[in-house]
Amino acid sequence: MRQQVWLIARRSVVRTFRQPGTWIPPLTFPLMLMAVNSNGLRAATHLPGFPTNSFLAFFLPFSFLQGALFASGIAGVDLARDIDTGFLNRLALTPVRGSALLIGQIGGAVGLGALQACVYLGVGLAFGVHIDTGVAGAFLILLLAVLIATGWGTLGLWLALRTGSGEGVQSQFPLLFFATFISSMNLPRNLIEVTWFRDVATINPVSYMIEGLRSLVISGWDAQALLLGFGFTVALIAVSLTLAGRQLKVRMART
Amino acid sequence: MRRTLDVAFALAHRQVTVLFKNPSLFIPPMLFPLMNFMAFAGGLSRLRHVPGFDFRGGYTAFQFVFVLLQSAAFGGVFAGFGIARDFERGFARRLLVSAPQRSGIIAGYAIAALVRWAMIAVVLTTVGLAAGMKIGGGGVDLFGLYGLAIIFNQVGLLWAAGVAMRFRSVQAGPLMQTPVFMALFLAPVYVPLDLLTGWIHAVARLNPLTFILESGRGFIQGEPTQVGLAFGLALALFAVFAVWARTGLRAAENAG
Repeated sequence: MRQQVWLIARRSVVRTFRQPGTWIPPLTFPLMLMAVNSNGLRAATHLPGFPTNSFLAFFLPFSFLQGALFASGIAGVDLARDIDTGFLNRLALTPVRGSALLIGQIGGAVGLGALQACVYLGVGLAFGVHIDTGVAGAFLILLLAVLIATGWGTLGLWLALRTGSGEGVQSQFPLLFFATFISSMNLPRNLIEVTWFRDVATINPVSYMIEGLRSLVISGWDAQALLLGFGFTVALIAVSLTLAGRQLKVRMART
Repeated sequence: MRRTLDVAFALAHRQVTVLFKNPSLFIPPMLFPLMNFMAFAGGLSRLRHVPGFDFRGGYTAFQFVFVLLQSAAFGGVFAGFGIARDFERGFARRLLVSAPQRSGIIAGYAIAALVRWAMIAVVLTTVGLAAGMKIGGGGVDLFGLYGLAIIFNQVGLLWAAGVAMRFRSVQAGPLMQTPVFMALFLAPVYVPLDLLTGWIHAVARLNPLTFILESGRGFIQGEPTQVGLAFGLALALFAVFAVWARTGLRAAENAG
């Protein structure tokens, strides 16, 4: 089992990093958005009750989430290509286990998620972001960011197995983007003025993932925010893995 | 001239038909501006309480103008994807061989981009009005706002067409989108120009899109500002990118 996971994960990581066109835009686009938004929205820090005077510190956690979203696209499109080219069918002829395939296949997204997390955190620190929880908090940020990338990546696998095509995976992206937009990405929930938006942001798990990361950066050790952040992330991984596992049985039907 | 128009209308008809037959090509460009509008107007409306925020038309109208212009530009860019796809599938090469007037090809794609965006603009405006957007301007002001957006749509198309005809591959998609995205977000998107600080204020002050955006916001507020400058800049961009697209077409002709 471990050998199978290792071989498939290595292939996934190598395939992702062998194509710069695949990993450079997902790495740089959140950085560009961070540069623009952290300056363009700096005026928001003048609002009464805004939790910090640095919008960069406030916005930094969203970059991890956005990077993870892109990573999910890579995981999904790569698996869809394997389905399209018949690689998955050939794998079905081997004794490889479905769980090994799923865990291994997520390797590229996790690798990219880890790289993104280090780069974004490094850029944030270089531009003066102070991590309120210190070095331990920084490591926890990296851990949560990688887990979030794993969750979204697994969701990408499920979409690929369900649709069986790269275009099918890509076409779901507006929905995933929508989920990240209707959250507390730009303002704390208590400062969102429009009631329906605040309500949707409150029931949106993405808000809690962002707030878990954000608490480590700007408000110190907050057990509730961390429990919710890690809890929803682990739930996303579990639900996506279950859905992907079921779909894989259909895709890799061995007769 | 007549032959140019024949080519243009025939190609536009074909592009619009393809669009209607493939919802996957039509829906994402429709969803993106709507999502942005909901996220910005809904999630950031508290910004109107920031000291110095002097736009009196309400935050929904403030964001509507940005999203309208963004949808116009990206309506053009997404049409550019169609051009690249036509080159990948060989249709554009057959078109180059068969068209009696090749300049009609760019005109045809431009008409199709305008039709595509017009539908998005109708949906976006309806959603804006349903969300309680206040319009302070009269008919002439709105004509000015949508006129600017139409020119901007054509600028987006001409830019993307130039790229598509040079690269002749959908892989050039990020090259079509990213500069437009960056130019738009380096304008005063969330707050008026005076509230921006640091490097983004310096960049936004020199960005031609800032004048177009502020003029558009003046129109919707009923207090037109910098109208001559905004239209002048929009038309100058149109002229520059028309040359860019025409030379792109020549590059495609030379590539055979």
